[in-house]
Amino acid sequence: MLILLFLSSGLFLGWSLGANDASNIFGTAVSTRMVKFYTAAIVASIFVVLGAIVSGAGTTHTLGKLGAVDMIAGAFMVALAAAVTVFWMTKLSLPVSTSQAIVGAIVGWNIFAGKTTDMHALTKIASTWVMSPILAAAFSFVFYLLFKKILEVWKIHIFRLDAYTRIGLIVIGAFGAYSLGANNIGNVMGVFVSVAPFQSLDLMGLNISGVSQLFLLGGLAIAVGIFTYSKRVMLTVGEGVVKLTPQSALIVVLSQSIILFLFASKGLEAWLLGHNLPTIPLVPVSSSQVVVGSVLGIGLAHGGRGIRFRVLGKIASGWVTTPVIAAVISFISLFFLQNVFDQQVVKPSDLIGNHKAVNLETAHHG
Amino acid sequence: MIFKKTKGLELQMDAFLDKISESGIVFRRGVKNYLKNDEEEFSRHLEHIRKLEHEADELRKAIETALYTQTLVPESRGDILALMETSDDVIDRATDTLSELGIERPKIPEEFRDGYFELARSTVRAMEEMVKAMRAFMRAPLNVRDYLHKVYHWEKESDRLAEELKRAIFASEDLHLSEKIHLRYFALHIDTIADKAEDVADRLAIYTIKRSI
Repeated sequence: MLILLFLSSGLFLGWSLGANDASNIFGTAVSTRMVKFYTAAIVASIFVVLGAIVSGAGTTHTLGKLGAVDMIAGAFMVALAAAVTVFWMTKLSLPVSTSQAIVGAIVGWNIFAGKTTDMHALTKIASTWVMSPILAAAFSFVFYLLFKKILEVWKIHIFRLDAYTRIGLIVIGAFGAYSLGANNIGNVMGVFVSVAPFQSLDLMGLNISGVSQLFLLGGLAIAVGIFTYSKRVMLTVGEGVVKLTPQSALIVVLSQSIILFLFASKGLEAWLLGHNLPTIPLVPVSSSQVVVGSVLGIGLAHGGRGIRFRVLGKIASGWVTTPVIAAVISFISLFFLQNVFDQQVVKPSDLIGNHKAVNLETAHHG
Repeated sequence: MIFKKTKGLELQMDAFLDKISESGIVFRRGVKNYLKNDEEEFSRHLEHIRKLEHEADELRKAIETALYTQTLVPESRGDILALMETSDDVIDRATDTLSELGIERPKIPEEFRDGYFELARSTVRAMEEMVKAMRAFMRAPLNVRDYLHKVYHWEKESDRLAEELKRAIFASEDLHLSEKIHLRYFALHIDTIADKAEDVADRLAIYTIKRSI
């Protein structure tokens, strides 16, 4: 029971991911009534869980390299700090991403524990955040021109195009949900991987590892978020930000899915390594920012009219402010959890010889 | 399953456009028969155009129902419906004009007959180009422009021919005012068919921009 209490912050992060980020994949499809909400929710839930279990390890590993949270109470607080940051910034209508919040929260834990943050991992993660929307824009730019050419040459009847687009939105949406699960499960459950006491299970000859069980739980939390809250977000996304035609929506979802997949796939990494090609870092990225990049790509293909550069500025500022706020919240709340609620958030051995340990001891006795 | 339904709808839409196109030909021939006092052929064409109008109506209703009950083409169905209803006005106008010719039997003096036939021919050209533009809208929106300017051309041509005809009618010293007004009424009605085709073209111009991805 206690374990569930500790996992609750991660599950809450998962819920909010499902509520917010599923709309990046199915928002336009649902709001334009091309796909029914329940079809979208079922497809998204199944594939998010699949993506999390099958391909979630890559980005989780990268987060683990950034900071290995080694006590479950610490993991609880790191995830909670990220969740609070996301919730608070959303309330203030500031652009926020779970990926950026969790990274900040982990760095906050590192500082609290007195560990040095792996700057190589941090640089890799930060550069991926900048790269992902740019790459998404490039992909959708190319796809847009390609689709346009195909439609010009093939002269598909409007009714048939409608049928193809619906199928495409569901199939590519499924791929998008899979990639979202694979890329973002690390945000939700990554910090718990080394500390959750799940044992391997043998189920009808199928071995389910502790990590898979954790990812399944996280995936289910995302699915609950999709079913309980994502509908209204989808309707807002579809109608509020940019009016996309169903065909443009298809391109946006396709580019977004590919980006999320590229930054999450261990299989692709292995293939690239096997062919002596440079690999793509496996880093959790923000699906919302990737979507903005994709829409921007279409805007550029249209000749660059109607692009709101203020939105881009807001995103760039989020790259810095979100992790910093999450790190501060994480640091302060870890302090309280350890010194007020008497929970160990860092393995005791880690604290020995650490100046913060001395300070905390003083604080504790004082 | 989904493609079978789609194929069925495509065929219905093509059939609807065929009916409009055919009704143009029938209208032109009906006017010609009237001007030549060929009663039998005129009646046959009048019957034919009434049948085409009815069939087009049925097809339009079937397509409308399918689009709404099956939530098809949600982004453009309002546009498609508006297009079908406006183009239905064209075929209605042609049928009514031919029908009124049959009821009112205006006496058209020999010197004006060519003018009426030219006017009918020009309005039917506008109608035909309108149908081509609609077909392009369904499959290749980029080609719509190629037909729209022809619709506008034939609509202007029809206006010019109708005006010339009306001036000639009212300049005539052999006709009573009542006869002149009666003749003007038919010139106006035939010209209105081209105006209705222009209404469809105006809608197409906007909907085509909306349809680009």
